[in-house]
Amino acid sequence: MSSNVLEVKDLSIFFGGLKAVSGFNLNLADGELVGLIGPNGAGKTTVFNMLTGVYTPSEGRILLKTNKDGQSVKSINGYKPHQITQLGMARTFQNIRLFKDLTVLDNVRIAFHFNIHYRVWQGILRTRAYYREEDRITQEALNLLEIFNIADKSENLAKNLPYGEQRKLEIVRALATNPRLLLLDEPAAGMNPQETRELMQLIETIRSRFNLTILLIEHDMQLVMGICERIMVLDYGQTIAEGTPSEISKNPRVIKAYLGEEVEAGA
Amino acid sequence: MKDNHMKGTASNPKIKNILILAGISLLILAVTSVLIYRGDIDEYTAQILTLGGINVIISLSLNLISGFTGQLALGQAGFMAIGAYSTAIFVMQLHLPMAPAIVIGGLVTALFGLLIGFPTFRLKGDYLAIVTLGFGEIIRVIMINMESLTGGAAGLKGIPPFSEDYTWGPMVSFIWVYVFIVLTIFLVSNLIKSSPGRAIISVREDEIAANAMGVNVFYYKMFSFTVSAFIAGIGGGLYALFFGYLNPTMFNFMKSMDFVVIVVLGGMGSITGTVITGFALTYLQEFLRILQDYRLVIYPLVLILIMLFKPSGLMGTKEFSVGAIFQKKKNTLKGGEAQ
Repeated sequence: MSSNVLEVKDLSIFFGGLKAVSGFNLNLADGELVGLIGPNGAGKTTVFNMLTGVYTPSEGRILLKTNKDGQSVKSINGYKPHQITQLGMARTFQNIRLFKDLTVLDNVRIAFHFNIHYRVWQGILRTRAYYREEDRITQEALNLLEIFNIADKSENLAKNLPYGEQRKLEIVRALATNPRLLLLDEPAAGMNPQETRELMQLIETIRSRFNLTILLIEHDMQLVMGICERIMVLDYGQTIAEGTPSEISKNPRVIKAYLGEEVEAGA
Repeated sequence: MKDNHMKGTASNPKIKNILILAGISLLILAVTSVLIYRGDIDEYTAQILTLGGINVIISLSLNLISGFTGQLALGQAGFMAIGAYSTAIFVMQLHLPMAPAIVIGGLVTALFGLLIGFPTFRLKGDYLAIVTLGFGEIIRVIMINMESLTGGAAGLKGIPPFSEDYTWGPMVSFIWVYVFIVLTIFLVSNLIKSSPGRAIISVREDEIAANAMGVNVFYYKMFSFTVSAFIAGIGGGLYALFFGYLNPTMFNFMKSMDFVVIVVLGGMGSITGTVITGFALTYLQEFLRILQDYRLVIYPLVLILIMLFKPSGLMGTKEFSVGAIFQKKKNTLKGGEAQ
């Protein structure tokens, strides 16, 4: 495993007779930024769901270098989503899943709950530990929001944020779980080019600042080609190409998967 | 160092708020008690107030699991029955003092909450409503058939009430219930504003997202449901000692619905709303006694009207808060100066 944060071997999942993803392999080195692309229905989100424990893979192994000491490697097959998050793999969702009726600040503070150092009774009796820890996580939450320029909206309800900021808030919330590996499912969906450029900068910033390894699904090629060091292409559940952005953009199988085959003249 | 620390606590607005809340609680208790004792609040009204208090406690328990955790429960009367009968039996047969009997009655009820919650929350989807509905009925039937312990359908007579004294009685009962209301509000509101409480609310908001945030959804549903059963059991214990007589028919499905109406009307997820509607509806219920069974028509009607015109209930998820009132005052003062 050496310096790999995540190792995925021969991951497959079948829904009835349908092979949604088959033989998926992935190694993520510490600090890498890898893109996962592919046409609609290629199985990208299914891969995310298997990695984060939402789906149980039919075959294959997932090894994660856990957050606890940063050294021990764990096979996380069969782990529940909340356990995987606690081990240091956090994610965002393609269709935004914020706690809409809660404030921006509370959205982030919820993500701290398993890193909080007081017990239930201390919370109820409001001991010193309660106030100390609440102050600490509130400050840390605000610091994270500050990075994404939404700290001034911390008291707004999440549903009242503009779309782009809701996407940012999802990333902040995932960061608050103190992950080592961050999975972003279409972080730029619905953003305008200006917002997308800003987001690319932010992803770079948080990667170096929090020593993150990032795997992202994205349809926006400007973003993918711009920041990913390595790209994997899925089509019909199979990995059809893997390489640097420039290699991928020239790969005939990728072009075929996205644009279809050239029709021979006269055929 | 020490001086610094002292200063920190003295000027702490949080502690000021706690003192103000404690002061308000004591003031209400003192004034109401004196009024009851002097007879300005007659015995009948005092009884309604006490009964309303018990309803508030059990409705708060329902609000915890349904309003804050988002899991609809329809068998709160079943938990109330367990708390009531076990407290009564502890006092009558084991001769326990009242306060520990009530608390142990609550713990027994919490155990039942654990037993029901465990298999139910393993299932995906909203099965709690069906399971608790069935549970409430099963408990009632068990109470009817366990004659040696519960007196069966004839009921359990001769439970020593809070006080048998004619002049002091109504006031003593009121004080007992009032103390437990304050404790329940303290428990629920502080729990909700702590980190486990936020986890509970996140389960209501979006289970999948909560999972992704590292929240163990199953654990927090279990936790909330068990605490809810505990509080409902305490409410039942108070009920037993207040009436001095228990009968399984007191804990039928309609009783469970009373609590649902109170919580929905007050606002799912508002402690303040539950307290207000708990007292108001108990009074209304007594008032509507003349209409007898038409109550069964009026209640659903009220529910439908609420759903149509104010689905979030009286208070929504808003709360009464001392801090907010002071903030408002400051703001209006500032506004006044500006004009």
